[in-house]
Amino acid sequence: MDDGDRVFKALADPTRRHLLDRLFEHDGRTLTELERELAMSRFGVMKHLKVLEEAALVTTRKQGREKLHFLNPVPIRLIHDRWIDKFTERHVSALADLKHELEKGS
Amino acid sequence: MTASDLTAPLTTTQVYRVYIRATPDAIWAALTDPEWTVRYGYGGYAHYDLRPGGRYYVTPDEAFRAGAEARGNILPEVIIEGEVLACDPPRRLVTTFRMLMDPEIAAEPVTRITHEIDDRGNGTCALTVTHELEGAPKLAMILGGAWEDGGAGGGHAWVLSDLKSLLETGSTMAGAQ
Repeated sequence: MDDGDRVFKALADPTRRHLLDRLFEHDGRTLTELERELAMSRFGVMKHLKVLEEAALVTTRKQGREKLHFLNPVPIRLIHDRWIDKFTERHVSALADLKHELEKGS
Repeated sequence: MTASDLTAPLTTTQVYRVYIRATPDAIWAALTDPEWTVRYGYGGYAHYDLRPGGRYYVTPDEAFRAGAEARGNILPEVIIEGEVLACDPPRRLVTTFRMLMDPEIAAEPVTRITHEIDDRGNGTCALTVTHELEGAPKLAMILGGAWEDGGAGGGHAWVLSDLKSLLETGSTMAGAQ
């Protein structure tokens, strides 16, 4: 499995997307804080966080005795730059061509 | 939780990570050599005096300057300045960071940025950028990409995506547009 596969696999699960949403609202949370937001065992949350970490969607940082979890937007940015931009740009340029053709005729 | 924890909100730090198929030396050069830094992201020339206490500053290239001028923003000679706090090539670089492009942002406290390169042993490295942004909410918004639609670029995530593209394919997303 390459890095891109890991990102899509991690994003395919609604609980993991929910965890990313919670970190988007409030970054740098502990496991205990995240656990409180989910109706799930500590072990379950840890398993999901591990998948997110392996995909680099979440990074962690030690602060004193606490381990803080941060949303890493770079893999999503890479998907954006690799896939979304490519297809939206084609739409935009197709519309621009259409406009050009129509205006030429008038 | 201690009193100092309460006065320093945890959420002001931003952490970014990207995996890049390149050697640590190549990534280090892309971060610290102005001939590399001008080729991706915002496109400025980064200059580092790579020793503790050494100066760090970024000057804009012509395209960067012209783009800003077209939006009515006349850039200073130096757009980012800081000081090297720690330097361990090709693994770790810590500097202070102050953006001077806008008077309101320049008035915010000096921030601190750490670049770490970890060789994953499979031909790829993890590059982690940790930016401690205490007391600098405007800079944090720019670096978080919140002002991208206003022409301020997409912040660290955008820069790192572009850097990965440059090192792995020899060209950038920004350059392709």
